[in-house]
Amino acid sequence: MTAKSTGAIGAHNAKVMNRLELTRRLVGQLKRDEAVIGGIGNANFDLWASGQRPQNFYMLGSMGLAIPISLGVAIAQPRRHVLALEGDGSLLMQLGCLSTVAQQAPKNLTIIVWDNGMYQITGGQPTTSATTADLVGIARASGIANSAWAADEAEFDRLVTTALKGEGPSLIAARIDGKPGAEKIERDPVQIRERFMRGLGVKGQGVSNQ
Amino acid sequence: MNNPVTHATTWHETVHATLKANNVKLAVYVPDRVLTPLIKSLHDDPFFTTFATTREEEALGIVSGAWMGGLHGAVLMQTSGFATIPNALASLVVPCQIPALIFVSERGTLGEFNLGQAMVCKTMRPVLNSLAVENITITRQDELAFILDRSIKQAVATQAPVTFILSPLLTGGKVFNPGMRA
Repeated sequence: MTAKSTGAIGAHNAKVMNRLELTRRLVGQLKRDEAVIGGIGNANFDLWASGQRPQNFYMLGSMGLAIPISLGVAIAQPRRHVLALEGDGSLLMQLGCLSTVAQQAPKNLTIIVWDNGMYQITGGQPTTSATTADLVGIARASGIANSAWAADEAEFDRLVTTALKGEGPSLIAARIDGKPGAEKIERDPVQIRERFMRGLGVKGQGVSNQ
Repeated sequence: MNNPVTHATTWHETVHATLKANNVKLAVYVPDRVLTPLIKSLHDDPFFTTFATTREEEALGIVSGAWMGGLHGAVLMQTSGFATIPNALASLVVPCQIPALIFVSERGTLGEFNLGQAMVCKTMRPVLNSLAVENITITRQDELAFILDRSIKQAVATQAPVTFILSPLLTGGKVFNPGMRA
């Protein structure tokens, strides 16, 4: 196995980065109307702050379902790349979905995990990833072989570039600091869903009238 | 005319044919003994993308994403699994107006032997009613195709989820066996 496929960097020696900066770097690489599903809380807030693309979906609740929602979009639209942005606490709530993703193996799905080792939005209580759980190790053991910690910003960029080429599924985990999300989203679920469907080219083509 | 809906003779053939007739191409499930012949026939038909998830709320998330991507899907589960999905219903499917099709194989009534199933069964309809989620208990084969076909069309037209509770009167249910534990 090569260092690239197994990931040379472990969580312990990955640089602690900033979610907003990484989200902006990520969005800056999206040139083909890729769909992005933001998990609840700070993953969403920084996605919103990085520019409100019509191909972004912002979850309001349903903690843990960013990856399943992304898998659904990826199955429905195999030619569009889909990215899930999920926090460590949310992922830990729905670990089984990693094995489902691995088994379905959509080439067009990338999972981004923001790991600050805490339930930040509820007061900073520690998650198990702060001490004992390795989310990349869990992802690999679930069958997503292409899972890696980003050592620093430059490697994060490279991993995203590789993932967007469509040989997924892949998972990129980044250790992040405790800064809260930059902006709150507008919590209007119908508008969010409607805009997302139009952004994906679904509405306006008669699907809802079938 | 050889219409697969009208020629269906069993409940699972009718469900299969009605989903197909309504262009519902995705079926995601957490397994259930009673649903086994339906799940098998969906797996055997390449028209459908069919797979199991680890948890029922995961299945609802997948079907929600697929709908937004232009693919209509159904979720299959048994009664006990319903208890895992109220959060996904209340904070995703209902507020986002997603016409998820939820099939529940009804346990907990008409000869249930497992108290755990019976208790969840008692909570299922009150939860659905309090969320104003359309729910229909289906007991008769001669009504099944009509109910499914009309309700799937209504779900899409009104952008609202619908729950089909498949009664043991329809499916035969899971029969008590004195040697059986679960």
